[in-house]
Amino acid sequence: MESTMNTVSSSPHIRAEHTINSIMKDVIIALLPAVIMALYVFKWEALWVMILSVLSCVGVEALWQKVTKQPITINDYSAAVTGLLLAFNMPASVPLWIPIVGGVFAIIIVKQIFGGLGQNFMNPALAARAVLLASWPNHMTNWTLDGVTTATPLGILKAGLGEVSAATITPLPSLSHLFVGTIGGCLGETSAIALLIGAAYLLYKRVIHWRIPASFIGTVFILTWILGRDGMFHGDPFYEIFTGGLLLGAFFMATDYTTSPVTPLGQWIMGIGCGLITTLIRLFGGYPEGVSYSILLMNLAVPLLDRYTQPKVFGEVKSNE
Amino acid sequence: MKALTFKRGIYPPHGKHYTENKPIEVLMPTGDLIYPMVQHIGAACEPLVKKGDHVFLGQKIGEAKAFVSAPIHSTVSGIVKDITPMLHPNGTKVMSVIVENDKKYEEDPSIGMQEDYKKMSREEIIEKIKEAGIVGMGGAGFPTFIKLSPPSEKKIDRILINGAECEPYLTSDYRVMLEESERVAEGLRIILHLFPKAKGYIGIEDNKPEAIAKMREATKKDVNIEVVVLKTKYPQGSEKQLIYACTKREVPSGKLPADVGCIVQNIDTVVAIHRAIVRGRPLMRRIVTVSGGAIKEPKNFKVRIGTTYRELIEAAGGFIETPTKVISGGPMMGISLFSLDVPIIKTSSAILCLTKEEAVLPPEKVCIRCGKCVDICPMNLLPLSLNSHVLHHEWDAFEKEHGLDCMECGSCSYICPAKRHLVQSIRTGKKTVLLNKKK
Repeated sequence: MESTMNTVSSSPHIRAEHTINSIMKDVIIALLPAVIMALYVFKWEALWVMILSVLSCVGVEALWQKVTKQPITINDYSAAVTGLLLAFNMPASVPLWIPIVGGVFAIIIVKQIFGGLGQNFMNPALAARAVLLASWPNHMTNWTLDGVTTATPLGILKAGLGEVSAATITPLPSLSHLFVGTIGGCLGETSAIALLIGAAYLLYKRVIHWRIPASFIGTVFILTWILGRDGMFHGDPFYEIFTGGLLLGAFFMATDYTTSPVTPLGQWIMGIGCGLITTLIRLFGGYPEGVSYSILLMNLAVPLLDRYTQPKVFGEVKSNE
Repeated sequence: MKALTFKRGIYPPHGKHYTENKPIEVLMPTGDLIYPMVQHIGAACEPLVKKGDHVFLGQKIGEAKAFVSAPIHSTVSGIVKDITPMLHPNGTKVMSVIVENDKKYEEDPSIGMQEDYKKMSREEIIEKIKEAGIVGMGGAGFPTFIKLSPPSEKKIDRILINGAECEPYLTSDYRVMLEESERVAEGLRIILHLFPKAKGYIGIEDNKPEAIAKMREATKKDVNIEVVVLKTKYPQGSEKQLIYACTKREVPSGKLPADVGCIVQNIDTVVAIHRAIVRGRPLMRRIVTVSGGAIKEPKNFKVRIGTTYRELIEAAGGFIETPTKVISGGPMMGISLFSLDVPIIKTSSAILCLTKEEAVLPPEKVCIRCGKCVDICPMNLLPLSLNSHVLHHEWDAFEKEHGLDCMECGSCSYICPAKRHLVQSIRTGKKTVLLNKKK
């Protein structure tokens, strides 16, 4: 037993097994049920959009890092997650250059320019979606199902509230259609059951905490019931929470680590704020759906939330002492 | 009954299977014994002997001159070989007395006086504990007599014995509770004798049911002692967290357990108190777990203070593979060593020899703000934010966000998926802020 030099470092000497990679992989696994349902409902169109979006995000991240002489970090899967979420946020029928443009915007403008992983102040996929929606609204709201142009359930509800004309009145799909996903909408948001399975996996693996999704969905549930489309306390909150992008947004987008608060109280406020803005846009705004804008707006409040919601330290002396 | 606990915390793998079923083995030293004159928190001792002197077993060889200090005794008889700075388990060189063991184990006439603590005054007991050189043996090494003599305005009504042993791999306290449960109980009775109005608690994590049963058996006739079951969670054995779990009292920031009427003692310390009072023997031995994947036969040893780590590792069969890290203490808060030629001191609870797979050294990645460190911090701090303040030298912000309240349990660094050096940087921050205050 000769004197060998051992490694010396400051404690702790053991680390948990999870890594950034394993967490990002878990997110991709959690999105797979929704991928399968997207392929089932929207067929080949969905496949091409997803592939191009992911390839665009991963490719442009590698290219940017090569050009700016940084270590290439695409193997942490974060760009792939962004790509998949971006694809989930567009109709399956978009022209194929749309996911590519969106991927470039998400990765370069929203993520890398601000310093890359962990530094962006907005959710890259949602910011890209907002830009695409503002720039090419006709492509981004062209909902089709089985090759036939249709409307989203929220679009039908919104139209019903406005001027009633024969052309705009389409029967609302039933709750069971919302669960399976055989409705009009963005390709990843339609199947409630697939999203809930993925969400359960993320909660079980402790990748996400339930605070943001619970407060987000809970707020929408309560407010849409109280403020009801058919008058006060006459809302259909069950229909509201399973439709549109709420489940996708609440479990997979609002919980994005970098763009959500780290404090428990901040996370509650984030969720409630998202729920409030979503409900207001859905019921009173010009757009049928407000999930992505609500998350983007709350993203901007995250630094403030983190600053003013610091938890009380264990043993903190009360000021009146 | 539901297991008691503190809030937040982590669940690292236990790693206790190596040694939990290994009875304590008495290990006799073979080589020279090294006694650093610092084995506690507080001022260094001054050697009472000269090179060439003969010393007896139990003879005081280091005198505590300051108030916060604890005397040091020879644990063998023999000749003082040298008095010189030697490597200490904390990594620095410390003035040490080296004794060549004559293997006769001749006892100093001053030790071995047996007494009945019930007939002793409070002052006599405290003095005896002080003279026995007893310090907190869980790792911090704070002199025990000071803990046991709080200012009179502090009304002590809870004596907590820390049998949580929440650090992975460590089983020394567990084995003591199994094999010397009566001594632990008697030691607690002595402390309760000092605080007749207090109630005694022995807190044990629920992954040690046999220890819970043994200690309940040993204390079944004591109406003022309760064995409490704690949830198995790290850092359950941290002083403030243990107090919260057992009493729901929060020790205020910058204050001591006595401020909320509590005194916490480690299991081995309680046994040392028993030995000092009932058998008149100073602190000379302790229980050390030698474990880890690189050790051939992991074991629990009862060993004389001053024995080198190398002797313990050899007694445990040596290495089966070259360890990546050798740690003094547990894997969460222990100190990694670059040399095995350091002595067991009063606070050495374990020697861990970890393999490459156990002692991982992953590269540090960027913070993704997952907030896991916030969710688990037992002190409810924001480790990611403190880390950023340290990296940017923002010392005022570091202090404002209560960086000094960090107890350095290491849970944040453990849980971080980006493997950031969170607690390591907070340590730097604490030191810098305290240093700036001194200026």
